[in-house]
Amino acid sequence: MNRRLSRWSIEAIAVLASVVIFWVPLYFVILTAMKDPQEASLMNLDWPSSFQLWSNIKEVVAARDYMLLRAFWNSSLMTVLSLVLMIVFCSMAAFVMQRRNDKATPWISFFVLSGLIIPPSIVPTIWVLDELNLFKTLTGIVLVEVALGMPFCVLLYRGFMATIPREIDEAAVVDGYGGYRLFFTIIFPLLKPVTATVVVTQAVFIFNDFTNPLYFFPGSKNATVQLTLYNFTSQFVSQWNLLFTDILLITIPPLLLFIFFNKRLVAGMTSGSVKG
Amino acid sequence: MSKIFKRIYTYQFLLPAAIVYLVIFVVPTGLSFFFSLTRWTLSDWELIGFDNFVTFFKEPSLSIGFRNTFIFAAVTCLAKVAGGLLLGVFLTSKIRSRNYLRSIVFFPTLVSTIAVGIVFSMMMHPTTGLLNTTLAWLGFEGPDWLGDTRIALLSVAFVDVWRGIGFATVIYIAGILAIPAEYSEALQIDGGNAWNKFWSIIVPLSRPATNSVIILSFIGGLRSFDLIWAMTRGGPGFATDVIASIIYKQYQGGFYGLATAGNVILFIFVTALVFPLSRYLNRTEVDL
Repeated sequence: MNRRLSRWSIEAIAVLASVVIFWVPLYFVILTAMKDPQEASLMNLDWPSSFQLWSNIKEVVAARDYMLLRAFWNSSLMTVLSLVLMIVFCSMAAFVMQRRNDKATPWISFFVLSGLIIPPSIVPTIWVLDELNLFKTLTGIVLVEVALGMPFCVLLYRGFMATIPREIDEAAVVDGYGGYRLFFTIIFPLLKPVTATVVVTQAVFIFNDFTNPLYFFPGSKNATVQLTLYNFTSQFVSQWNLLFTDILLITIPPLLLFIFFNKRLVAGMTSGSVKG
Repeated sequence: MSKIFKRIYTYQFLLPAAIVYLVIFVVPTGLSFFFSLTRWTLSDWELIGFDNFVTFFKEPSLSIGFRNTFIFAAVTCLAKVAGGLLLGVFLTSKIRSRNYLRSIVFFPTLVSTIAVGIVFSMMMHPTTGLLNTTLAWLGFEGPDWLGDTRIALLSVAFVDVWRGIGFATVIYIAGILAIPAEYSEALQIDGGNAWNKFWSIIVPLSRPATNSVIILSFIGGLRSFDLIWAMTRGGPGFATDVIASIIYKQYQGGFYGLATAGNVILFIFVTALVFPLSRYLNRTEVDL
């Protein structure tokens, strides 16, 4: 009886702590986003005297000539295009890397793994993009996201590829399939579970990415949603309510992914990090 | 491998990925070693030897970055290992609120780092912030979390742990669930209690998870930029400047050669710390 009571009280404390540690900041954001500038500047948890959420949203969206709408468009486009390229390129690469076993294989693995550790060199990357006329372009930032996300995705795909039996390849070859037809009509559809994992995890990463757009996609026309936060901090210096409305709006897409794909997100982020 | 399979698994499949990876990542990394030795304006460069590196080590406002980067990475890494392990054990035990707690702990991982930084720098405001008004209500006087040079770096590190502990926790949960049940059954027969179980089963046998958490959070800590930049911009003074934020400042100032030297230093710093660490961790790992 005593043990059950102590277990129950530990659990109650944990739930209470989770409310203080995680819900209070969220509640604070929502509350501040509903306030007027004066009340927001008090930075407290008092209930707003009048609800301004809708007018705050309108004001944030219209700020700087509808920068936020452009930013949502840019971020969505950047995320979707990067995902498409990443899925096609990485699954193809992982197919050959897992199936082949010759002298070059360890070297390729080494190159891919070092991409997980080495920080990208900023200015030389800008210089290369500039030489290719891709600096400050959507194509440029998409290629950067693809290149930097590649090691993680290739490892995910390669790990899963090992569970697809080679007998399938052999049977297809007997039926006269070539490499491309084998990959795109048989293997790629079997990779659907990893592809889903890649989509969910990388969508969050790329949508939330701040550093790469900051360096490689500058200019007010190019803003992404994370950069609007950064730009608005200087503009809305006395209007915390608007800044927090922006935070609320740009948190909605990852929040939706979290609600619908919680299990897959967790599985995707942990797979590969715990050796099987 | 037979000839026919060499043709089936053609290296052509590697081509698109290899081109993007080489052009956007490998080539700039190689070039950085050269450009770090120059005074560089993007259109023009002049070789100046190791001057940029000398500046980096001599100038106190730049060399403080080494110390801060290391402290930040070490502190956040240790806190995530300890906190992740404890939460992992707690969230794999038989409690009713398990699923709720797992989700809520993981949630901050998915929120934009810049947003987290802005919200917390407001909550850490010295006079009106939530943290200090709560402390005042309890009868304590809270410090100036982000304005005091002695604790600013630790305050940012705390927020980084808040944001990243969910990730460490889910890795530990996966690691702990992978421990075969026979071990705890054997312990039960021998009459061991929960304390014994923690120290002689969970800690040693979740080593793969520990290694992953250490390596991933240490690399993340050494490279981190966005949270620090959103919260303090390296200030007050240079108290929270890490190598990555110094690179950004030099880049903004147009000192491209110096910024690239910073990148090379970060590259060497990260590899010099991470490779020995991961080799050591792998060597001391026990097999299940």
